Amino acid sequence: MKGIEIYIAVAYVVLGPLVGGLMSGMDRIITARLQGRVGPPLLQPFYDLRKLFTRRIAPVNRLQVPLIASHLVFAVLTGILFFYGSDILLIIFVLTLASIFLVLAAYSTGSPYSTIGADRELLLMTAYEPMIIIALVGLFGVAKSFNFYEILRSPMPAYLYLPGIYVGLVFVLMMKLRKSPFDISTSHHAHQELVMGLTADMGGPVLGLVELAHWYETVYLFALVLLFFGSSWIAAVVGLAFTYLLIIVVDNITARMKWGFVVSLAWLVTLVAGAGNLIPFYIISRGTP
Amino acid sequence: MSSVERSPWLIHYDASSCNGCDIEVLACLTPVYDAERFGCILTGDPKQADILLVTGSVNHLNAPILKNIYEQMPEPRAVVAIGACAYSGGVFSECYNVSGGVANAIPVDVYVPGCAAKPESILNGVLRAAKVLKEKERAAKRRKGAKE
Repeated sequence: MKGIEIYIAVAYVVLGPLVGGLMSGMDRIITARLQGRVGPPLLQPFYDLRKLFTRRIAPVNRLQVPLIASHLVFAVLTGILFFYGSDILLIIFVLTLASIFLVLAAYSTGSPYSTIGADRELLLMTAYEPMIIIALVGLFGVAKSFNFYEILRSPMPAYLYLPGIYVGLVFVLMMKLRKSPFDISTSHHAHQELVMGLTADMGGPVLGLVELAHWYETVYLFALVLLFFGSSWIAAVVGLAFTYLLIIVVDNITARMKWGFVVSLAWLVTLVAGAGNLIPFYIISRGTP
Repeated sequence: MSSVERSPWLIHYDASSCNGCDIEVLACLTPVYDAERFGCILTGDPKQADILLVTGSVNHLNAPILKNIYEQMPEPRAVVAIGACAYSGGVFSECYNVSGGVANAIPVDVYVPGCAAKPESILNGVLRAAKVLKEKERAAKRRKGAKE
């Protein structure tokens, strides 16, 4: 098995945007059908990205482009480390760093909209980080490893042992994927908040880089979900499809929350579903080898 | 098909007048008319928009705002003036505070007729503006080529 990781990591760098873009295109079609309309073509996200890179617009300041480029680099690096089989705990730090660069880029412009968007992104980070760490500790409990492939090959199906943690992870995943009801910092929807919030001062190629980074993020976030369904191919396909559709449906049937409610609800879910699953699991599994 | 023709992102600004056309612009984006099937997204952020939809007549207060939005948009950009008021001031053209149509403040590429304009004709105007954008893109490329 050793040696194949490097190929998967390279494949991620090359094919990551393709998979992320197609998932985004599929998402937009399913959303349109849920609302009773035809929706855009499947390749619409790629048309959008290509167009963004043809726009001619001056960056707001000298900091914006390097910061957004760093955001993209660290988002890609997170995925590379993930698929290369590095320690997942290290990956969480790189993931946080990628988000911090995006927040800094939003702060650097000084626009009130992007400043509020950046504030809210920081709040979202405080809301989702504890749950992600609990998820990793739970997966370690099942597989006794922090390596992506070893968790995936673990014979114990994680979703049976960690249902609460799975629910909690999907909950915070919707924040990372910028889905309603948690799209308070910026949104893909027409009913946007704060004049696009976090990305208010980003246009043309700069926004293209943000979008590209988001596709890379989408891929490794769903790979994180895959860890719960690694026991068999059927479980993996059903689990991923279920999670993907669930997130889209919730995105369509919920209204945007206030930031205070988002943070307190996220922590409540982390405490009840996450810790409420993790603590009994550790107590029971201590008896078994 | 050029890339901008496939994904014209919109921003709308209601200058003044009766707001009827602005309501029709919003109707375009509802599931019934489904502007997204042409790749249109309403952004609300001038820096991310390609086409500016303007409804209503221009006066001395809103002309600078309109110019500000227009100048923040990335190039090439297109403007669609929607309805009779955006063309000439419409029924309000004789008012003491109205200075006329949108063309008094910023260059207009496409006019959509109607009072109020129908969502179908607004969508048609948007798609024509996307074609204008394509032409502007080509012209810019030719200019760049001539310089080199």
